[in-house]
Amino acid sequence: MMTATPIANQHATNKAAKAFLILAMSYLLFGLVLGVIGGFQYILPPFLKESFSFTKTRPLHVYLVITWIFTAAQAGIYYYLPKISNRQIYWPGGVWLHFAMQLGISVCIIACFFLGYFGGREYLEFPPVFGAFILLSWVPFVINFFFTLKPNYKTAPVYIWMWSTGILFFFITVSESYLWVFEHFRTNIVRDITIQWKALGSMVGSWNMLVYGTGMYVMEQTSGDNKTARSPLAFFFYFLGLTNLMFNWGHHTYIVPAAPWVKTVAYVISMTELLILAHLILQWRKTMSAARKNYHIIPYRLLSFADVWIILNLILAIAISVPAWNYYTHGTHITVAHAMGATIGINTFLLMASVFYICKKEKEELLEKQKPLIGKSIIITNISLLIFWISLLGMGLVKISSRLNNEIFAAMMQKSSPWFHVFAYSGIVLMAGLFFLSLTATRLLTVKNNSFKLS
Amino acid sequence: MFRIILFLILFLTYVVYSAVVYSKGTENSILYNQEESVMIIHGKQLFQQYNCIACHQLYGLGGYLGPELTTAYSDKTRGELYMKAFLKAGGQRMPNFHFKDDEVDAIISYLKYVDTTAVTYKNP
Repeated sequence: MMTATPIANQHATNKAAKAFLILAMSYLLFGLVLGVIGGFQYILPPFLKESFSFTKTRPLHVYLVITWIFTAAQAGIYYYLPKISNRQIYWPGGVWLHFAMQLGISVCIIACFFLGYFGGREYLEFPPVFGAFILLSWVPFVINFFFTLKPNYKTAPVYIWMWSTGILFFFITVSESYLWVFEHFRTNIVRDITIQWKALGSMVGSWNMLVYGTGMYVMEQTSGDNKTARSPLAFFFYFLGLTNLMFNWGHHTYIVPAAPWVKTVAYVISMTELLILAHLILQWRKTMSAARKNYHIIPYRLLSFADVWIILNLILAIAISVPAWNYYTHGTHITVAHAMGATIGINTFLLMASVFYICKKEKEELLEKQKPLIGKSIIITNISLLIFWISLLGMGLVKISSRLNNEIFAAMMQKSSPWFHVFAYSGIVLMAGLFFLSLTATRLLTVKNNSFKLS
Repeated sequence: MFRIILFLILFLTYVVYSAVVYSKGTENSILYNQEESVMIIHGKQLFQQYNCIACHQLYGLGGYLGPELTTAYSDKTRGELYMKAFLKAGGQRMPNFHFKDDEVDAIISYLKYVDTTAVTYKNP
């Protein structure tokens, strides 16, 4: 399958990886717009109610931002594979086949949502047939990953374990989330909901493995420390993360009348996350020199902010895993705060660190010119995300209070109104910050000469 | 080698655990006649077809723009007639989906079924 010269092949692979990055950032940009529209449907209930209701804006937003995460992780992996393995990509045509399939599937899914054709399942709200197509589109990626890397797991660094695990569990969890098509699962609501929580909880773990692996690789490259990713401690945390991926999902099912031991297992596993939290607070950033920090300042800042969000989210995750508290927090915007903190604060910032690391490799001089503006935009994005996150916690607390006072839903919504406004307006600033970062990165990756201008 | 063995042990545990979760602890304790089952299945199909989960939750799964529906059927402030009114005409945030009467009945049957399973939800 390899016919081109090594340099031509490397160039072609980088081009394909950049195409994936641009596709990923397009998902993010459209996903953010849909998120803001959805946010305004909270404060202006009649807004697009009949023509483009929340039943369309929410699945579009969810699909696009989840696909941003997977695609940006894949783009990074395509870019890094030849550098890690010192080999040409095994099947260059497969990268473009993957790209074409993914683009085609996305266009079809988006069209289905606009036209009102739904599968009606949480997170995977598109018609079920697209689940099979998505898995099929990953096949060239899997072939290229394993045949280019030919990983030796006895000596492989932890990020290769993480990527491999992410890929394996993506296939398992997407397949599992479609078990409902079988009567054994479909006709029993308790079983159906339990399996949905199981599949979706672990699916989040699978993309976390892809994203954290990418983050680890970027950390290794920016710090110049290639020992950490091979250390016993790194593998301890990998196996802890893997255990959480496999068994932690049960904390979503405290209110489901399933077997009690599932909940006990989940609770015990959830509490092990405390170890990760303690480690992060004590150990982070010790290995990076001041010179390297300055040289890789944009990825460094993004990784540092991701670390802050990991800490905030772990505190929240541990708190809502306590069964007595989970009963009240479940089904409130506190769960959304956890999801948003994780997908934006952790996943998106880690992936953006990877994006700007690639920009640095490809267009170092141009990136230097944009550094001050990018730095400010990272700070604005984080401040708006913090306000956005607090507004979600506020909404959750109002809902808990209303539930305890036996208030009707309309009264609860009325009381939440100030928080909805904070949520919607901070969402606009958040979108603007991420827009700036994505558009800057896109233009850096596409510009051919030094005539880069942002306006 | 230790890492590979540890991974395989964990993965095997996960496979066994999954098989147990698929089959144990969630058995149906409520029996319905053929006619009721058909209505419930049809109701669930409509619930998915109209993507109700985007705004409503069942057992905490779904969106938050609309109210949680797990126990809506037995809720004294809501109940069957209240839900029927929304299904037929929409609400402040809910679009009018122009459901036919038999479709409304099917969705209500499905929500009634969900409500009857919500033992731990009502009595945590």
